[in-house]
Amino acid sequence: MASVDPTVVNLVVFVLAVFVGYHVIWNVTPALHTPLMSLTNAISSVIIVGAILAAAPAETDFGSVLGVIAVALAAVNVAGGFLVTQRMLEMFRKKK
Amino acid sequence: MSANQLTLWYLVASVCFILALKGLSAPTSARRGNLFGMTGMALAIVFTVALAWKGRLELIILAMLVGGVLGAIVARRVQMTQMPELVAAMHSLVGMAAVLIAVAAVNNPLAFGISDPLPKGNKLELFIGTFVGAITFSGSVIAFGKLAGLGRHFRLFSSAPVVFAGQHWLNLLLALVMIGFGAAFFMAEGKAWTPFLLMTAIAFALGVLIIIPIGGADMPVVISMLNSYSGWAAAGIGFSLNNAMLIIAGSLVGSSGAILSYIMCKAMNRSFISVILGGFGAAEGTAAAGAGDKTVRSGSAEDAAFLLGNAEGVIIVPGYGLAVARAQHAVKEMAELLAAKGVGVRFAIHPVAGRMPGHMNVLLAEAEVPYDQVFEMDDINGEFGTTDVVLVLGANDVVNPLAYEKGSAIYGMPVLDVHKARTVLVNKRSMAAGYAGLDNPLFYMDKTMMVFGDAKKTVEDMLKALH
Repeated sequence: MASVDPTVVNLVVFVLAVFVGYHVIWNVTPALHTPLMSLTNAISSVIIVGAILAAAPAETDFGSVLGVIAVALAAVNVAGGFLVTQRMLEMFRKKK
Repeated sequence: MSANQLTLWYLVASVCFILALKGLSAPTSARRGNLFGMTGMALAIVFTVALAWKGRLELIILAMLVGGVLGAIVARRVQMTQMPELVAAMHSLVGMAAVLIAVAAVNNPLAFGISDPLPKGNKLELFIGTFVGAITFSGSVIAFGKLAGLGRHFRLFSSAPVVFAGQHWLNLLLALVMIGFGAAFFMAEGKAWTPFLLMTAIAFALGVLIIIPIGGADMPVVISMLNSYSGWAAAGIGFSLNNAMLIIAGSLVGSSGAILSYIMCKAMNRSFISVILGGFGAAEGTAAAGAGDKTVRSGSAEDAAFLLGNAEGVIIVPGYGLAVARAQHAVKEMAELLAAKGVGVRFAIHPVAGRMPGHMNVLLAEAEVPYDQVFEMDDINGEFGTTDVVLVLGANDVVNPLAYEKGSAIYGMPVLDVHKARTVLVNKRSMAAGYAGLDNPLFYMDKTMMVFGDAKKTVEDMLKALH
């Protein structure tokens, strides 16, 4: 058998991840839907990984410059997303 | 470190992200969940840098520091009422990052471990990731402007729908042209910059055009939708770079946003298509039709306080009017005072009570209302029939019993069954209709007493009378 095309592997990962996402998200309590949104925002900023790859090569060209800019943009979300989620979750307290 | 090892670390990070989302199933586990999320992100970033960097490590770290500090400052300073704007702004950054990465990938695929020029399959995926990213960026910028009330300065940001003749046909035409350039990019040999950049430019324009006709009332759906898009953009880029981390994280976020959009549409009784086509919400604040021939019983804050103080059980229904008037803290104090007098106080939240999913819960939590006193619509709707007094603060459409009448514009919309309570107190600034532009029969019922005035002022007056 010939080796599997990476796109097929990607598709397998994709479908399974959507499936997991679907089930996990329906279990999120509606009271926490705003923190859910800021947390998913932070998670989607893992796109910083792609930005690091774009910025990484030794020789500087406009692609690597765009990569550095993308790193900065995504970093805003990484820090902002998790911290604002933390700030909101700190507010959810039970009756003393 | 090899690419295989890095991918295994991505697997660990992905599990962390799934645990983070799982943590949000209850407020008690949510903080731990967020820590899982941070851990996953740290792993993904550190190991990617460790594998990939060849030069300018300082620049990459500097970019992270600059962005990170900026993000941290914003996260500390932002008001809870501004959460929708913040989330919209953050979606736009993810969209823009996706586009920049895509351009870099066309320029130098070798940096991502892909052969140069890009294979056809990766081009197709890159096309999808790029246009979704571009639409996410410009759409989120418009959504941000609408939410931040920038309409006074720039008409495209108007919270009223911006509509013009042939709008949907123009959008369809642009979408087809964009796909055409995408196909040209796919078919062409070499880098094919021209079709790629034209396609991206059209996608930026489309993002603007599809959000401007959507009115302020539909913003909860728009934010959820853009949340979803930002995830799909990341997943699309992940496909073209053969990067499992981006595919998994993007899919989790994409499905989350899609589910939230669905929940919001259902709560507003709108179909997703009609929200997207837009034009709704223009009639905001117009006087209720046919209100003249019906009588309304109105009373003072003191009358209302008397009824509340003598009740056995009270349910408070907060709407966005409460947050606009910044009355949350006053309400919390009143709830505490009533509880001290032996009155059972609960809060009932409609899914679209705020400007984004779950917004009202955050606003109440910020005012230090304990979350075990706050109930979702489905959990409390059966309890109104046995409740002495319901206090509606700045809500209208979500308590409109017309939702049960066939033929009314909001027939079928899930509402809080406030009309079943023994006594209903409604605080509003005036008799103006809500977003749906409908009259509300609840206001004319014999059991209803209207308390007109600013929510904060009224609640403070009630507080004084209760002391």
